[in-house]
Amino acid sequence: MRLKELEGYLQQVDGFENPKVDLEQYPTTPHIAAHMLYTMDTSFGDIEGKLVGDLGCGCGVLSIGSCILGSAMTIGFDIDSDALEIASRNCVEFESDNFELVQCDVQHILPCHKWKKKFDTIVMNPPFGTKNNKGIDLEFLQLAIAMANTSVYSLHKTATREHIKKKAIEWGVKLDVLAELRFDLAASYKFHKRKTVDIAVDFIRIDCSATSSAHGPSNSH
Amino acid sequence: MDLKLVGSGEEEVSNVVVNEVDFNPEFISRMIPKVGRSEGLPAEVIPDYENDEEFLKKVHHVLLEVQVEEGSLVCPETGRKFPIKNGIPNMLLNEDEV
Ligand SMILES: C[S@@+](CC[C@H](N)C(=O)[O-])C[C@H]1O[C@@H](n2cnc3c(N)ncnc32)[C@H](O)[C@@H]1O
Repeated sequence: MRLKELEGYLQQVDGFENPKVDLEQYPTTPHIAAHMLYTMDTSFGDIEGKLVGDLGCGCGVLSIGSCILGSAMTIGFDIDSDALEIASRNCVEFESDNFELVQCDVQHILPCHKWKKKFDTIVMNPPFGTKNNKGIDLEFLQLAIAMANTSVYSLHKTATREHIKKKAIEWGVKLDVLAELRFDLAASYKFHKRKTVDIAVDFIRIDCSATSSAHGPSNSH
Repeated sequence: MDLKLVGSGEEEVSNVVVNEVDFNPEFISRMIPKVGRSEGLPAEVIPDYENDEEFLKKVHHVLLEVQVEEGSLVCPETGRKFPIKNGIPNMLLNEDEV
């Protein structure tokens, strides 16, 4: 599948109807989502035939794209039932019969959660932690690393790059910044009156194969 | 689906649908060590299962094709139930569990 073709499909994925600002509900644009997924698949072979997880899947644009690129199965996780309902409709619309959804709070996962290293790849666009939920970006990352046995792909504010690099060293994983992107968040929340402010965002890849046999990151920050 | 996938629970099933999904023997073989015992799966993993197409097809069916629309997942250790609505398991914790 060509990149343009993938982007074309992702333009047809429905987005949030009434985005909840406190949950940082803005979608990954089809353009960015297609580039992320395409890179994951063609440069790293991390999608086709893999078990892929999407944390904070929202309406599921990353999950649907991963199904389109031939993941064996993709499981999306989100806290919000309204978003999951839209994701579920998108799933039917795209006939992605290997796409499953689970409602859960990434910050309050059962202590005995059994997803440890069960996934090959995690892809996500987590909340940045700017809406009274400071630190949630790192909580998403930590859980993702605990769940994946190969790699995690995520988006983080470029401003936090050095901090995340330090955390990666602490957790014993290898971090690469694959691309620096621009997000136009004001345009995502249509009701915002503010003028457009671009935010610099890093597209990162974390290689977690080294933590697969070890314990992975512990629960302390 | 998910608890089955991760092998920690038994379901209380009240509404099941079956969708046909493409059979990918390589993926199913990789999943077998990850899934625990669960309702509907063959009780024992047979030796050399990678080459047993019939066995892999059974697991494929249970893992990917059988979808619980309404029901619940039960944690075998604590008895805690997680409801499934419209095929989506709700694993949110209650206030007192957080
Ligand atoms: C930036 S949006 C990304 C949505 C979607 N992944 C996409 O790429 O279009 C972040 C998502 O995280 C979800 N979210 C926020 N806090 C969460 C939490 N504690 N647990 C699980 N999901 C959460 C929101 O509901 C929202 O759908």
